[in-house]
Amino acid sequence: MESQPQHSVIIKAHRGWAALRLGEVWEFRELLYFLVWREIKGRYRQMALGPLWIVLKPFITMVVFTLVFGRMAGFASDGLPYPLFSFAALLPWQFFTVAVSKSAGSLVSNMGVISKVYFPRLVVPLSTAFTGLVDFFMAFVIVLLMMVYYGVFPGWQVVFLPAFLLLALATALAAGLWLATLAVKYRDVSFAVEHLLQVFMYLTPVVYPSSMVPEAYRFLYRLNPMVGVIEGFRWSLLGSGPAPDLALVISSGIVALALVSGAFFFARTERNIVDLL
Amino acid sequence: MTQPAIEVRGLGKRYRLGVAEERAAGVRSLGGRLLAPFRYLRRSLSQASEAETLWALRDLDLDLQPGEVLGIVGSNGAGKTTLLKILARITEPTTGQALVRGRLGCLLQVGTGFHPELSGRENIYLNGAIMGMKKAEVDAKFEEIVEFSGVARFIDTPVKFYSSGMFVRLAFAVAAHLEPEILIVDEVLAVGDAAFQRKCLGKMGSVASEGRTILFVSHNLEAVTNLCSRAIWLNQGRLVDDGAPDDIVRKYYQASMEKAQSTPLDQVTDRSGNGALRFTGFKLRTPEGRELETTATGDTVDFVFDYIAPKGEPLNNVSVWFWVNSQMGQRLMQMESVIVGQDFLSLPPRGCLVCRVPRLRLAPGAYQLGVTATVQGERADRIHDAALLEVSSGDFYGTGKLPPGVFVDEYDWRAEPAPPRGLPSGSDGA
Repeated sequence: MESQPQHSVIIKAHRGWAALRLGEVWEFRELLYFLVWREIKGRYRQMALGPLWIVLKPFITMVVFTLVFGRMAGFASDGLPYPLFSFAALLPWQFFTVAVSKSAGSLVSNMGVISKVYFPRLVVPLSTAFTGLVDFFMAFVIVLLMMVYYGVFPGWQVVFLPAFLLLALATALAAGLWLATLAVKYRDVSFAVEHLLQVFMYLTPVVYPSSMVPEAYRFLYRLNPMVGVIEGFRWSLLGSGPAPDLALVISSGIVALALVSGAFFFARTERNIVDLL
Repeated sequence: MTQPAIEVRGLGKRYRLGVAEERAAGVRSLGGRLLAPFRYLRRSLSQASEAETLWALRDLDLDLQPGEVLGIVGSNGAGKTTLLKILARITEPTTGQALVRGRLGCLLQVGTGFHPELSGRENIYLNGAIMGMKKAEVDAKFEEIVEFSGVARFIDTPVKFYSSGMFVRLAFAVAAHLEPEILIVDEVLAVGDAAFQRKCLGKMGSVASEGRTILFVSHNLEAVTNLCSRAIWLNQGRLVDDGAPDDIVRKYYQASMEKAQSTPLDQVTDRSGNGALRFTGFKLRTPEGRELETTATGDTVDFVFDYIAPKGEPLNNVSVWFWVNSQMGQRLMQMESVIVGQDFLSLPPRGCLVCRVPRLRLAPGAYQLGVTATVQGERADRIHDAALLEVSSGDFYGTGKLPPGVFVDEYDWRAEPAPPRGLPSGSDGA
């Protein structure tokens, strides 16, 4: 008598909404790790500066913003040095844009693997978002150095910083899941995302303080989850700008809703993704 | 009684034709979009009509016991790969269900997920993870994998510097050491050199002898007969027959030969290439120009391939070859214009290409004939099952007799007396 294999799967057509099967994603956590590792390790091979680019990119953007918006346009910066003011916002913002644009295109760019091997497809957009997190932590060192240079030190609010990072991650994933699923069918998506993100940056207080937004629209404006993230970063790290309030609670709720619905939408499309790619 | 490793009930998969056609026509590209911006959106939101769909697999029932090695034969588009893809969970079926008991490993195409910038060592771990191996498992088998692949010296070199052969060997080595209870193999053996192919077949054989279940798709019918304990034959998504491999292979071969014989080349749909040149007909002729139904061993015969250039313009740099395969799918010979330096610098837009074979050396029997042409170095037309070549018994030696075997050749027998003792023989002294 042979030993019965424990692993058995029923393969059949699913109609409508499917379960998320998060347990399976957990089983494939090593793959998640290897995909993040592949992206980071593969990306900087044969580059003279290598991983230095992770910190150079936001740094150069910060210098340009300081010259254009801080000096020439003379934007206010909550009484902080403009470089520090903009860099504290650029950190979560760059994480968000990279995570959204990369995960939006992730299913299409990984179609070679997806059409040949089975694994939970959720691993693909997740790994791109996590890759962005690694970049974030590298660039975070720069903001710490800048804070020492300008003599700005965080208060007790700094304990909330991880919560704002989590909100940024959730927002990026929510957008990423929706977009990645749509991009499988409509290749226009990855094309459009790049442009929309540029526009979106001016709808979030990256280069200017949110106090510049007219009073009448400010509540509506602050329902944008990324406004909450960036205000939260400045508040918890630099102690400036408005403290979190009702707007943040509402926008977090919106993110949670978008994330859960995005995951289900993804799971629904996941099963026949290969036929569409 | 053990439970089957795989139970398939009423399995079917429907594809929507329009999407595939549009993709083939490049409508997803910018040009097509500009001409019809919302056409794709409208189509993709509407329900597919029956005429727009194709059943790649339909109503399949199949039970596979643990330890069985199942060969799947059928022409292109018969549903073989669709079946494997459903079982591997790469795509979902439209109808029916399949129950798979045990861990399933998949060699649908080796080397997927390899990152060119990463070293061989790093790619082994990455590839293992993609196929569901834990890092500890890869650690335990790492030495074995490297040894099997034969690329030990280059294991820390980025794989983009590997030759394609090394790449494939490394990828197969990882997949072969996955040790699944069920292994799916699709045409991997079409790559690599002969020695490595033997190694792969050997590995498959040993996997099978350990009582694991294998599903094997190949155009190499000989490999199917040698390796498999059972075979099924699919045609247009349906199961035609199921039984002993040599029996199924013979029936499938006969059917495809009959089809090849009854279908003129211009109506063959199972072909590939860019279509710059299209074969439209095949016939056999005597040197005097008389058409032949069959030929005989020892005859001088012209193999005549009619072609047209659909654009109606003369063709430049045309290379052509045809081949003769045995009933088992083994290549027996291949006549290539390039090898004998007889490529065509320019050809009229229609005509025929003729290959004369003086004294045909094939033994009597039925063979399968395929043909390919390239124009400007790119494949223009390739027909795998172009025709059935029937060779009847002929008078090759002028004695009215023929020996057994696949080929006959000219020879002379003679006797030589032994050299006198004490003297070195002629060959030793040279």
